[in-house]
Amino acid sequence: MRTVTSLIAALAVSLLSATAFSGPAAAETTTLRMAWYSDGNEGEVMADLLRRFHEQNKDIDVVLDQVPYKAINENLPMQLASGQGPDIARVVDMGGLSRYALDLRPLLKDPSYWETNFGPFLEWMRPPGAPQAIPGFMTQLTVTGPFVNKTLFEQAGVAMPGEKATWEDWAKAAKDVASKVQAPFPLALDRSGHRFYALAVSQGTQVFGANGEPDVVDEGFKRAAQLVYDWHKSGVMSKELWGSVSGTAYRGANDEFKNAQVVMYLSGSWQIAQFAKTVDNAFDWVAVPNPCGTGGCSSMPGGAGLVAFKTTQHPKEVARVMEYLASEPVLAEFYSRSLFVPGHLGLAKKGIDYPTASPEAAAALKVFTASAAALSPIAYRTQGYGNSRIIFNAVISRLGQAVSGETTLEDAYKRITADVAQQIAERNKK
Amino acid sequence: MSDTSSVSRPERGRGIGTLAELRSIVTLPVELGMRLFDPPMRWVQRMIGARRMAYVFLLPNFVFFGLFVFLPIGINIVFSVTGGTALFPSQRPYVGSDQFAYLFDCGSYLDPATCREDHFWRAVANTVKFVVLQVTAMVLLSLVTALVLNMRIRGRGFFRAVYFFPVLLSPVVVALIWKWILQRDGLLNAAITTLGGQKIIFFVDPSWAMFWAVFVSVWAHMGFYTLILLAGLQAIPADLYEAAEMDATPRWRVLTHITLPLLWPNMIVVIVLALIKGAQTFDEVFVLTGGGPGTATLMVVQYIYETGFSSQVQNFGLAAAASVVLGIVLFVLTLLQFAAARRKEI
Amino acid sequence: MRLASLLGQRRNGPGRPLHWTDIAAYAYLALGVVLMFGPVLWLVLSSFKTQSALLEFPPSLLPFAQVEVTVPGQPQKLPLFRTNLPDGSVRELAQVRRIGLVAQMVDPADPAKQFRVAIDKREPVRRVAFATENYSEPLQRFAFLRFLFNSVFVTVVATLITLLINSMAAYALAVYAFPGKQTATLAVIGTLMIPMTIILVPVYLVVTELGLANSLWAVILPGAATPTGVFLLRQYMLTLPKDLIEAARMDKASEWQIYWRIVMPLTLPALAVLAIFSIMWRWNEFLWPLAVLTKTEVYTLQIALNAFQGELQTQWHYLLAMTVVTLAPVALVFVFLQRFITTGIGSTGMK
Repeated sequence: MRTVTSLIAALAVSLLSATAFSGPAAAETTTLRMAWYSDGNEGEVMADLLRRFHEQNKDIDVVLDQVPYKAINENLPMQLASGQGPDIARVVDMGGLSRYALDLRPLLKDPSYWETNFGPFLEWMRPPGAPQAIPGFMTQLTVTGPFVNKTLFEQAGVAMPGEKATWEDWAKAAKDVASKVQAPFPLALDRSGHRFYALAVSQGTQVFGANGEPDVVDEGFKRAAQLVYDWHKSGVMSKELWGSVSGTAYRGANDEFKNAQVVMYLSGSWQIAQFAKTVDNAFDWVAVPNPCGTGGCSSMPGGAGLVAFKTTQHPKEVARVMEYLASEPVLAEFYSRSLFVPGHLGLAKKGIDYPTASPEAAAALKVFTASAAALSPIAYRTQGYGNSRIIFNAVISRLGQAVSGETTLEDAYKRITADVAQQIAERNKK
Repeated sequence: MSDTSSVSRPERGRGIGTLAELRSIVTLPVELGMRLFDPPMRWVQRMIGARRMAYVFLLPNFVFFGLFVFLPIGINIVFSVTGGTALFPSQRPYVGSDQFAYLFDCGSYLDPATCREDHFWRAVANTVKFVVLQVTAMVLLSLVTALVLNMRIRGRGFFRAVYFFPVLLSPVVVALIWKWILQRDGLLNAAITTLGGQKIIFFVDPSWAMFWAVFVSVWAHMGFYTLILLAGLQAIPADLYEAAEMDATPRWRVLTHITLPLLWPNMIVVIVLALIKGAQTFDEVFVLTGGGPGTATLMVVQYIYETGFSSQVQNFGLAAAASVVLGIVLFVLTLLQFAAARRKEI
Repeated sequence: MRLASLLGQRRNGPGRPLHWTDIAAYAYLALGVVLMFGPVLWLVLSSFKTQSALLEFPPSLLPFAQVEVTVPGQPQKLPLFRTNLPDGSVRELAQVRRIGLVAQMVDPADPAKQFRVAIDKREPVRRVAFATENYSEPLQRFAFLRFLFNSVFVTVVATLITLLINSMAAYALAVYAFPGKQTATLAVIGTLMIPMTIILVPVYLVVTELGLANSLWAVILPGAATPTGVFLLRQYMLTLPKDLIEAARMDKASEWQIYWRIVMPLTLPALAVLAIFSIMWRWNEFLWPLAVLTKTEVYTLQIALNAFQGELQTQWHYLLAMTVVTLAPVALVFVFLQRFITTGIGSTGMK
């Protein structure tokens, strides 16, 4: 009997310890929560920086909750809506979550620092009707762009198209190379609406109509969609990416690229770190400038922002953390160690040192930083639009169906227009 | 209490060699449960009488059902008649039957492409197809396996365990394992190329994708149904078989005239359970094929999940309407099971 | 022939030949072993491969890594290749660097001698090596023990609650006749119809209104009452002899005593089956904990391990290794309890 009682007691104690964590550890320490997802090593770097912050600011303890991306994408909106969200989070859908964003401006020592250095990106995070708000900063600016397996080009004896080459030039060259070296993926494009827009913007899509509302399917858009459709028909693109999953599911070709099966891979700057690590010395890979079309050569910007939320109980402390993390030396270290393209204009101009980067990676980072400076206004506006994800998702879901042969392109166009209209209407229903 | 504990050692434990050892582990909690719960329960019994104790025993379970199943179903029904993206029902504008009307707005119900919400109807068609294929394969394969395992063979216990093993894996792990094997550069394609064949990219072909969805789900759950059938086989009196052997009845006649008819009640349980679980299929297929290619393996539950949860605009209303439709269909299936179960007098 | 007679003897007595159905049965079972265990074994082997070895085609059965050698005069270890030289000989050379299609190589035995080799004329020299860092790195990186404790806590407490309340309900439905019994049974079966996925959002609302968000109880309580459990136990209890209960009532035993002292011990095989299922369900649960748990200290293993799935890339080598880690307890439960599973389900009411 005694053992049973002690067992129960032990259980009770462990129970208490499981729940005790929610209370503050000490009266004078404020605990803040930061929800964070990782593609590579950036979680470790952030944990490091937060540890350093705590050493300098004993009264604030930031707990880094490392979550799967799925949790950021699917659960965070629900948690924020019910008031259960974290104080700070690294988010991708900045426009969609902007209604929960906290305006740090009144709490910051030097708001002008933020405006000068994060200006264009702040617009992506601002809630509608708050043109002055400062909700956070970019943990990374991503720029879409192609990676090329140079070794395959050399093996095939095909010359790489130069700067300002068109998409058609590249497609032809990639197909040439692939058929000579038997690579299954001449040209691969991530299955993502965002990446599709890297093509569409350079084909001249305007995205918005004269009234400022989305008018997705225009001539430029159709040119781009037709290209993708035809490339799948002629074998320039493999159905494996766009045709193999449904809905809005993301599918990349990074594994295939590392395995030297892809001649040209349109993805973005976030791939650099892992290519440097896993391709190693197996072949030469280079990043090249975005191919061109009738609408220019712009690629798409993107990225993830670290955003503070107004549901926080401790706005002042949140502002101090954000100020520390956004300060130039700290942020420079963060970008440098995680091999990210800086989302800080000052640092971008100065250029970031990447001491841990291999020569290939450093070269690629240079190409992407350059194309970040040459983005078209349409690309910026599309990325910054609050409902941009609705457009991206409708596009990829419907074009995916067309590519897999389930519907025609004409059908897909109609469905895209209808989907976008319906979802925006649902979001605006009050 | 020695009078009652002496009864608790009867013939029932015979099937399991280690039941005694298991029982010794539970004696302590049993004592504890008596001391903790018996006095209050005795008091309640004195207040309401022994017959009504049934409600007391039912209560805890139904409190949980009420809070975490019935109440949520109620909220879902509220969701289905409201619109917008607000999370709390009180903040959602009432839209009447709009969500249902949207869902059912079709040119022809036989062609999903003519529906406004074509994804839902494609999902319905896929689910029906999946359930028919999966239940057929499941019943046949678990029947064969149960028959084989019921033969007098060596290592029967081991083989039973082998077939049951995948039942213990989580759906996500199951799908991950198979995805890893079936991908372009996976084990299966390595085997095919070694044998001189061409690599097959399974998940770009709608038929292959559906095939593997069915295959993997049968692989994962077959063990459970096999055991149900095995239990039925073992309940068939042995003298029937002995008599057949005396008469030198051919084996296939024994199968069709003795085994299968007597196994029929268990078959019904298997069919109905497989039907219900099949219609609820989600994570396995979702992780394996992502619903593709196109929408060829998009299931109804995945549609609901994506519409209400994982899409950027969380359309709770439409998802709830679809789940109400699914719930009604499943409930009809349940009644079927209930009817079948009653006929068997359980 | 010896094997055949050995296999056949139990069926037909010594010396009798095997019937063809026996051979077919053994073939079927052998195939079953390969098909059921093979994929899991493949997962385990793959989890020991390095990130680049995972991407290889054709995949090797065992994890291999390229051999690296120290060459005098070279600061770093160099990868070793088996090389076809232009003169037709084959030698093992270390690669200093690769420029485009040509590799610059040295003979480790004679570092002064350099070779220029076309890259398609060399093949890496490899040997079996287990990439245990797939396990050690992630396990060191986070509070593994904390997550393990949470998972175990959720699994154990939830299973105990499930066993208690399900068996109580089953007892009521199996032993008593009372008004509303039909409705109650129907409600239980109706519950069987509703997968958690489709009521995720409403349950989330209920749980946050109860103030349970971010506590382990939010994971434990919603799934504690399982319709499957009630059903399973009720079916089993129906087969118990009624006179036992009547006799106990004659002896003035209380209803709780009858349930707890008589019926529960007799129901042990079925309880064991439900316990196993409940342990599996709880241990493997992912979607729901992900929705209600946002703080690291309450994470279960399944959430923590899935943090290796980013927006843009999945770190497969970690993911596979961590999947194996979560499988280990399942395998243990399987090894120790499989006799209860097979005999338990066999004797539960599913007939």
